[in-house]
Amino acid sequence: MPFKRFVEIGRVALVNYGKNYGRLVVIVDVVDQNRALVDAPDFVRTQMNFKRLSLTDIKIDIKRVPKKKTLVAAMQEADVQGKWEKSSWGRKLIVQKRRASLNDFDRFKLMLAKIKRAGLIRKELSKLKKEVAS
Amino acid sequence: MKSYRDVNENPTIPSHFRRHISAGKEAMARKVSRNPELIRGVGKYSRSQMYHRRGLWAIKAKNGGVLPRHDPKPKPATPAEKPPKYYPADDIKKPLVNKHKPRPTKLRASITPGTVLIILAGRFKGKRVVFLKQLPSGLLLITGPFKINGVPLRRVNQSYVIATSTKVDISGVNVEKFDDKYFAKQVEKKKKKTEGEFFEAEKEEKNALPEVKKEDQKSVDGVLLKSIASVPDLKTYLGARFSLKAGMKPHELVF
Repeated sequence: MPFKRFVEIGRVALVNYGKNYGRLVVIVDVVDQNRALVDAPDFVRTQMNFKRLSLTDIKIDIKRVPKKKTLVAAMQEADVQGKWEKSSWGRKLIVQKRRASLNDFDRFKLMLAKIKRAGLIRKELSKLKKEVAS
Repeated sequence: MKSYRDVNENPTIPSHFRRHISAGKEAMARKVSRNPELIRGVGKYSRSQMYHRRGLWAIKAKNGGVLPRHDPKPKPATPAEKPPKYYPADDIKKPLVNKHKPRPTKLRASITPGTVLIILAGRFKGKRVVFLKQLPSGLLLITGPFKINGVPLRRVNQSYVIATSTKVDISGVNVEKFDDKYFAKQVEKKKKKTEGEFFEAEKEEKNALPEVKKEDQKSVDGVLLKSIASVPDLKTYLGARFSLKAGMKPHELVF
């Protein structure tokens, strides 16, 4: 019930609206009640409304408004990208992207694979059912 | 390093003129102007400077103070023009001249020889088919291959096709001989027949597909089938029809 993810300097967030949709950014300063200054390695430091950000579990150790170099170094040290890709949220997004980029041929191969898998499962299930019945 | 001045004052003589320089200065027709352009419409040198640069003073000096005059060549005698027999009552407007030449439709960048296409309309709608080449009329030449999905060598319009990003290796196939005339309808000679014979004979002629076309199909497909067999699942893919299922949004699909 208590809040676990707080808006603080160093909190990593995901942009959920706008031109930079889907990018990971770090909150570098708080402008006022509604806005934060955010930054990321290949990003121009800008202000963003909190409504455009989804907070993540990841937090890095930086001082208020660090220089770009320090920010990049801190992100590397904390391995933000790695942690994100291992987290279940990050993995889900990667899978979504992969599914969206599937070719027509890829979708066909996927369908064949699903049918094959379902066939194997059903075979095993029928075996188990026979055992239970006997 | 070539500077702005160098490039403009000493323009490189086009290569197809370099050969003429050795033939003699009279023979060389200079096409590059001696007056470099500063801005469009403004040359670097004035009229008097250009007079000097072109050497008109030297040409005049050679010719005794005046520019050489060449008498006009004798023209061949033209026959006397007769006054026309008929003058139209009103002036008719002449249509504007149109120099456009017919050319095949611009091919989408995603369609290259060997691309797998999805046909969207007609008898073979939904079939996945291999693209061979664009014909001079603009239509696309495709083949099933026939053994895989029953689509023969056929023409299809670019607009009725989705291009997928799957490519088949088409290097061994020779499609030189196919053009629009190959696909033209056979013109039958009209013969007078009695009513009874009329219908029977017509049916016979329509059913026969010339052996030549069957041979062509086999030769093209023979090579294709080998390159298709080298990719796993490609044969079943080409044999299956495409259809939209629940949840598929065409504008979001990557083909």
